[in-house]
Amino acid sequence: MDWTFTFISLAKILGVIFVIVLPLVSYTVYAERRISAIIQDRVGPNRTGFPLTVLGFKKDLVLPLGGLGQPIADAMKFILKEDFTPASVNKFYYWLAPCLAMAPAMLTIAVVPFGSTLFGVPMVIANVNIGVLFVFAIASLGVYGIVLAGWSSNSKYPFLGGVRSTSQMISYELSLGLSIIPLFLVMGELNLTKIVEYQIAHGWTIIPFSNLPNFLPGLFDHRAHHVMAYVNWRQILLWVPMFISFVVFTISIFAETNRLPFDLPEAETELVAGYHTEYSSMKFALFFLGEYAAMITGCSIIVTLFLGGWYVPFIPDGTHGWVWGLVNIAVFFGKVSALLLFFIWIRWTLPRFRYDQLMRLGWIYLFEIALVNVILTAGILAIPQSWFS
Amino acid sequence: MSPFLFWTFAVLMVLFGISVVAQSNPVASALSLVVSFIALAALYVSLDAFFLGIIQILVYAGAVMVLFLFIIMLLDLRAGHQEHARPTTIAGGVLIALLFVGQLATVLSHFPAGRGIPPALSAPVQDVQSVGHLLFTSYNLPFQIAATLVLVATIGVVVLSKRELQ
Repeated sequence: MDWTFTFISLAKILGVIFVIVLPLVSYTVYAERRISAIIQDRVGPNRTGFPLTVLGFKKDLVLPLGGLGQPIADAMKFILKEDFTPASVNKFYYWLAPCLAMAPAMLTIAVVPFGSTLFGVPMVIANVNIGVLFVFAIASLGVYGIVLAGWSSNSKYPFLGGVRSTSQMISYELSLGLSIIPLFLVMGELNLTKIVEYQIAHGWTIIPFSNLPNFLPGLFDHRAHHVMAYVNWRQILLWVPMFISFVVFTISIFAETNRLPFDLPEAETELVAGYHTEYSSMKFALFFLGEYAAMITGCSIIVTLFLGGWYVPFIPDGTHGWVWGLVNIAVFFGKVSALLLFFIWIRWTLPRFRYDQLMRLGWIYLFEIALVNVILTAGILAIPQSWFS
Repeated sequence: MSPFLFWTFAVLMVLFGISVVAQSNPVASALSLVVSFIALAALYVSLDAFFLGIIQILVYAGAVMVLFLFIIMLLDLRAGHQEHARPTTIAGGVLIALLFVGQLATVLSHFPAGRGIPPALSAPVQDVQSVGHLLFTSYNLPFQIAATLVLVATIGVVVLSKRELQ
């Protein structure tokens, strides 16, 4: 067995999960609370600092921004609360459900290329040929956590939440899968690393020609028509289906992660708290954090497929030095964070859908739009190249 | 493929397969079937058939079994009131199992006995492309027939579920 490979993979897994994703999860929760406060004209959690006195320092560290220690306080609260198991629940499945809610979200990050290379090591945990399908397959297992939580709680509100989430996730999985087929038609690749490489060569999927800065020396070559040499009419036409794909995919990700305006499985006004009504302390926290982890994974997939992954014009990749490798990783998670902010902003802006509206949107609009989009893309690709020049 | 991985997942698959039949709780049976499917997918993956393995999880574990679970939960099937199997049922089950084993043996006997494990393919297999290519060339007619059947079934379901409204 190749031990270096094992150790490098282990380092990547531990690095991604414990250094990047889990802190990102807790700070997304913090960002959600602060941003919701700003949107609702409240103050929000702005006091908690880092309790350095516990470690023997003289003073607690309270940063100018304040409140950055809030995730630590939240975590302590979740761990120290009484872990109550109601008497009438189905114990085994009641304990199993929170794990099943958290694990798939963490697993899918394995195939996402979160950076170029660092010291020559590609920054993706598992570079598999069927990257996107892997993401869908594992993410589709996430529904078991919610269903089992609803069923094993043996109580009507969790049950209704579980049933709702099942039908919602199955409905939106269809448009999720169909919406990115145009992408594969254009790129001819399922491998996420190769999809990013394609976007480096041809520009971001939803911003065509964002790769033009790569040709900058050529652009100012004292020949005005030179710019047009890099502009491909087919790519301009393809921008339309690519953008439709992006919109449908993003909406479906909202529905898959149970985020408002699609958070019917846990609609507070109707179902108390939905599928996790009977859960307390850390088991509830696992559902809560699992939702945010799924959001981060969903955002990383959107970034990888549509927003160029770790690539930004003018920034070289990791082969030019490890500093650039780190910059690429930072760029990727910067983009993910920007999308997370968008998710949070939507949540505190839009009201919730009614259940029949949710189903109509999924089955009658998004599904059909995605289907027509596939045909549209295939039609554009079928036009002979000679017509464009 | 590592023998250790093969035995782990093969044993898991068979154990949970038995558990599907042995469990008295329908939800437990359905979940055992899911684990069995995932173990089967792991076997595919260890044979470098990534596409097959992932489709196995995506279609069976992720979609079909979720619907099964959904129906079991909606019908509120409880554990306990299990009917005792009649001799004819057992005989039928054994017969079908024997038929399947016989079929498997006939198919396998057409292959020469292996002299050890063939080397794994060194180049990554483009299995999505090869499956797609085969489907649209050699097996185009069966593929189209299957697609038509699915379409007919879909329309049938819509018609049947709308009948009450008229």
